Amino acid sequence: MSNEKQQVSRRQFLNYTLTGVGGFMAAGLLISPIRMAVDPVLKESSAGDLANVGLSVDDITSEPQRIDWSVDQVDGWYESEVNRSAWVYRNEDDEIVAFSPVCKHLGCVVSWEGSENHPNEYFCPCHDGRYYKDGTNVPGTPPLAPLDEYEQEVRDGMLFLGDARPREEA
Amino acid sequence: MLQKIYDWIDDRIDITPIWRDIADHEVPEHVNPAHHFSAFVYCFGGLTFFVVVIQILSGMFLTMYYVPDIQNAWKSVYYLQTEVAHGQIVRGMHHWGASVVIVMLLLHTLRVFFQGAYKKPRELNWVVGVLIFFVMLGLGFTGYLLPWDNKAYFATQVGLEMAEQVPFIGQQLKILLAGDATIVGAQTLTRFFAIHVFFLPAALFGLLAAHFILIRKQGISGPL
Repeated sequence: MSNEKQQVSRRQFLNYTLTGVGGFMAAGLLISPIRMAVDPVLKESSAGDLANVGLSVDDITSEPQRIDWSVDQVDGWYESEVNRSAWVYRNEDDEIVAFSPVCKHLGCVVSWEGSENHPNEYFCPCHDGRYYKDGTNVPGTPPLAPLDEYEQEVRDGMLFLGDARPREEA
Repeated sequence: MLQKIYDWIDDRIDITPIWRDIADHEVPEHVNPAHHFSAFVYCFGGLTFFVVVIQILSGMFLTMYYVPDIQNAWKSVYYLQTEVAHGQIVRGMHHWGASVVIVMLLLHTLRVFFQGAYKKPRELNWVVGVLIFFVMLGLGFTGYLLPWDNKAYFATQVGLEMAEQVPFIGQQLKILLAGDATIVGAQTLTRFFAIHVFFLPAALFGLLAAHFILIRKQGISGPL
């Protein structure tokens, strides 16, 4: 054997072959389990249907009121009713606004005028987070974004709400 | 890059001799199928281990979806089978692998038996191997109940009645397994799950380690 032709040694060749075959077998073994494990990440989240929250639009005033309703939730093999709530009011332009009560700081629940010291504001008791009536976070308090707003629709004079979405304008 | 990482670690804790001890050993001619094709019978032990590795991996992933509870066990398995991508394949691996393990184990046992490889000084390893066999049967028995379908339920009913036939302690043994004197239910399922994923695998790892250490220490038996 001439030395110039021997670019890959026997040992190297065997190493590469064994690593390749071993890698192929390991990949074949693991590909299905891994695909199964990451399935929740790849699943499309189904947009929830709008639900009747049992509130007539005639009853919506300029004062935010808390409404509670429940939606059917499918969680893998487990189906249940989960409770949702919202703060609903009519703004100056006569538009209906429905805010999610989940604080944008760390996810506690905010209340309209939840603190006597802060009238006309949403208040989060966990870290004194505050929001103005239009949902905008009060500068200098923990939350860094305005309250999420529910998708909404009015059908036959009743309010229907869907999923809460972050607001684009800050 | 990999070489550098390896060298960095090796510099500090000298791992080369450790893996050389494990990986570098001579394969005698009489067990090498490249020399005598009939030597493939020596592969059965390794194949058993390979399938056990598949069982452990697929089982670990299955527990991401499975719930050991009589309300949800069947539903979670059904969900895994029908809604989760590749769920059917992973459960298939575990389901069929369970049978393949037993087949390979029997072939391995037959090879050792008919070659007389269990004879002195290797009797102890034979004993360890038989214990592994029992642990495998236990894994098969406990795993059978977990999908909580009709077949699982009645197979366990029968299995528990067999346990009850053990002289003197039969009744207690059955209650110990089922968690209740008469009911095959919620407590049975959680017990079987615990035995299937924690107790028996732990025993299996210990026994496998002993099995492998013994074979390395004593070497493979000579040619016939």
